[in-house]
Amino acid sequence: MGEKMSRRPYVREVPPTSWYFRMPRYMRYMAREVTSIFIGIYTALLLCGLANLSAGPEKWDSFIKSLQAPSSVIFHWLALAFALYNSFTWFNVAPKALPLQFGEELAPDSVVAGGHYVIWVLLSIFILFWAGVF
Amino acid sequence: MAKSNKPIIWGTFAAGGEIVSLVMPVIILLTLLAATGHVPTVFSYETMHAFAAGWFGKLVLFVILFLSLWSQAHRLRITCFDFGLRADTLVAIVMYVLAAAGSIATVVFLARI
Repeated sequence: MGEKMSRRPYVREVPPTSWYFRMPRYMRYMAREVTSIFIGIYTALLLCGLANLSAGPEKWDSFIKSLQAPSSVIFHWLALAFALYNSFTWFNVAPKALPLQFGEELAPDSVVAGGHYVIWVLLSIFILFWAGVF
Repeated sequence: MAKSNKPIIWGTFAAGGEIVSLVMPVIILLTLLAATGHVPTVFSYETMHAFAAGWFGKLVLFVILFLSLWSQAHRLRITCFDFGLRADTLVAIVMYVLAAAGSIATVVFLARI
């Protein structure tokens, strides 16, 4: 089978590891995909913090100290940048993912996205205030 | 109609995406402040321990960690596929086992506090 194929089907070459370099919008899609790597590692870091919190004051204090290592500071800046990108892109597609319907009418996209931004900013300010940052 | 477990997966994925988008940047900002030497008062052992000891604090920490673990596991699975790692079943098993282990660890640590 297959040695004497009478027809030659058209095979579109899609390089599995570098397809996203072809178009800017593929690159933007992949940039959003990469945010999951940083947020995933950061979630593991939070879990590590919880483990140290449950292990007593000495362990907790050494965990907070270990955050001040240069590699940790660099990781935090990167994680913050990727998390912000993740949030912006999520809120921007929110009107498509979560359309709000009132009777026959759909709420305008700007209301759904804008509402998310307002809740995001208020919640962030509240958490900073609660944490004693200001 | 055919039964499907997709609503459960997608529900977690969507709730995870929403919670992660809303709270992750500010939580990262808090630990970044700690990392640069400006440790927020909430990160003193007494304050943090008191927060995690109450039922409300436990609930908040569990919801954030649980949803983040599962939504990132699901997204990482897709990210691996997009970067050309096509062993999807293996990747899915590894990711979901990690998320499940992380969820169990969260419950165990919270129960100890």
